[in-house]
Amino acid sequence: MQKSVSIKDLSLSFGAVNVLENLNLDIGEGEFLVLLGSSGCGKSTLLNCIAGLLEPTGGQIFIKNKNVTWEEPKDRGIGMVFQSYALYPQMTVEKNLSFGLQVAKMPKAEIDKRVARAAEILQIGPLLKRKPSELSGGQRQRVAIGRALVRDVDVFLFDEPLSNLDAKLRSELRVEIKRLHQSLKNTMVYVTHDQIEALTLADRIAIMKSGVIQQLADPNTIYNAPKNMFVAGFIGSPSMNFLRGEIVEKGGKPIFVANGVDFALDGYAAGEPLQAGRKVVLGVRPEHVKVNEDGPGADHHQATVDIEEPMGADNLLWLKHAGHTMSVRVAGARRFKPGTAVKLSFDMGLASLFDAGTEERI
Amino acid sequence: MAETVSIKPGPALAAATKAGIEPRGAKPRRTLSGRNIMLYGTLAVAALYYLLPLYVMVVTSLKGMPEIRLGNIFSPPLEVTFEPWAKAWATACTGLNCDGLSRGFWNSVRITVPSTLISILVASVNGYALANWKFKGADLFFTILIVGAFIPYQVMIYPIVIVLRELGIYGTLTGLIIVHTIFGMPILTLLFRNYFSSLPEELFKAARIDGAGFWQIYFRIMLPMSLPIFVVAMILQITGIWNDFLFGVVFTRPEYYPMTVQLNNIVNSVQGVKEYNVNMAATLLTGAVPLIVYFVSGRLFVRGIAAGAVKG
Repeated sequence: MQKSVSIKDLSLSFGAVNVLENLNLDIGEGEFLVLLGSSGCGKSTLLNCIAGLLEPTGGQIFIKNKNVTWEEPKDRGIGMVFQSYALYPQMTVEKNLSFGLQVAKMPKAEIDKRVARAAEILQIGPLLKRKPSELSGGQRQRVAIGRALVRDVDVFLFDEPLSNLDAKLRSELRVEIKRLHQSLKNTMVYVTHDQIEALTLADRIAIMKSGVIQQLADPNTIYNAPKNMFVAGFIGSPSMNFLRGEIVEKGGKPIFVANGVDFALDGYAAGEPLQAGRKVVLGVRPEHVKVNEDGPGADHHQATVDIEEPMGADNLLWLKHAGHTMSVRVAGARRFKPGTAVKLSFDMGLASLFDAGTEERI
Repeated sequence: MAETVSIKPGPALAAATKAGIEPRGAKPRRTLSGRNIMLYGTLAVAALYYLLPLYVMVVTSLKGMPEIRLGNIFSPPLEVTFEPWAKAWATACTGLNCDGLSRGFWNSVRITVPSTLISILVASVNGYALANWKFKGADLFFTILIVGAFIPYQVMIYPIVIVLRELGIYGTLTGLIIVHTIFGMPILTLLFRNYFSSLPEELFKAARIDGAGFWQIYFRIMLPMSLPIFVVAMILQITGIWNDFLFGVVFTRPEYYPMTVQLNNIVNSVQGVKEYNVNMAATLLTGAVPLIVYFVSGRLFVRGIAAGAVKG
């Protein structure tokens, strides 16, 4: 894969606080990379470093194989879209779009051509003569994207672009950004704390915590084979169920035991041998538990329904099982009264095992 | 309004009234409630208290000297005369000069206009740099500047006299303009820095990514969004510099005395009769400029705030 953005040993500290420490990241040409994490994890800081708005304390940044660590933002071939849109309030949409090109002293004819093209792609033609204050949130964000578009940049940087929009607009614009990426095929780096945005948009997701990338992988891998308990718990709503227990040898095979309840581990592809006596955590996603259906273990996993949360398409059950509270997702049509006894079965092929000490995947 | 609009109660309201339910809501207040009488009465008394001296000044300035000698300072003039005003402006004497306040007025204009413009220009760039282009030691620099605002003027007068003398501009208008510019710097820089800091930082970032430099961002992005704060700074500087007496008398020569110093010299001249009417007229003339600035730019200021109230 041709590299578009390459970050080597990047460090940044504000005074004594290390926000980023020796961070390495390669982003491929035309890739849509999402930086995902809760606030304060350093994802926006990283994006600002790529943009050249923050000076790193150490390390290097390459864009298109050119070392841009000390280049001005405008010379990096990047365009940026901000959460608060950051449109110049005193200028019309047209002026907002053409400002950067005017600053670069581009001929008027070329500016007009580019503005017209961006307006067509983003369908903001009728708004060109308006001021930002006369636009809706979604229209403003479209103009902000257009501002990056007209400059014909190599890399688009998005800093939580949808966080200020209401839920409906957010999902609409999310689809538009995806469509834009499919047609433009630019490299895009997208910062968000919203896992749905991350899972739907990304080619690869980098999950960050305290300035360190926890896992960098495609959404499917992140979801189904999380590298550690942080990633496992961060992605998915409701969160993955964690059951604490240990490995016990039974009939020549390792099994998982939590509060006296056995879980066969058939089908789980462990990366290392499972020794008996090891303290581990079993992670099971709510949708990977079967209720009252045939399957492995269905004969002895007994649980009671505690709370039922019908959500239309799905029905979320909170169960008591093996001394844990467990969330389970079933089809919306299947209803259970609180107090009902149910049988569970677990698909170990989709479960995760973590070391209880290191919290890393086994 | 030309037409009267009658609102007919809808069926729902009619039904409600029939059922014995009255419209609810806060009870409308009577205009002449005890509370209002107290409130407006107090306000009126306070206003009267402050307006009375102004009234006395205006009527006295419109009287002739014989009428003033009658001693009824509150009575309106029997015979209105504008002679004291003309004399105060053009012929009142201070020592050997007998050209009234007019000389002081033009001196004040020549001091106030450049001082205001230069100080606002420099302070706004200062504030912009401190707010957006954080350099190493920016906060220390800012703190030092702010401390400057708290040092009493009197402490600095003599050192400044020496500095101006060494520079060869002591006693000139240039010297006084520089002094006013410097003394306006702390408070104006604070004003501009805080205003620019309150503008969304992402606008500045977006402009940098668009490739705009220090001055382009200042002139094309920041300045157009900052009309209100420029008006505030202008009011502050014009009134402050116009009303200045101390610097005017210390740092200039008599031919460059500003209007305030000239006024003092007219009012306090010892020879001859005290011409109360001329003194009052001279005082009103001197105070007119800040007053006009307040009235004119006050309206501009409100409009500026309204125009600046755009969400980005």
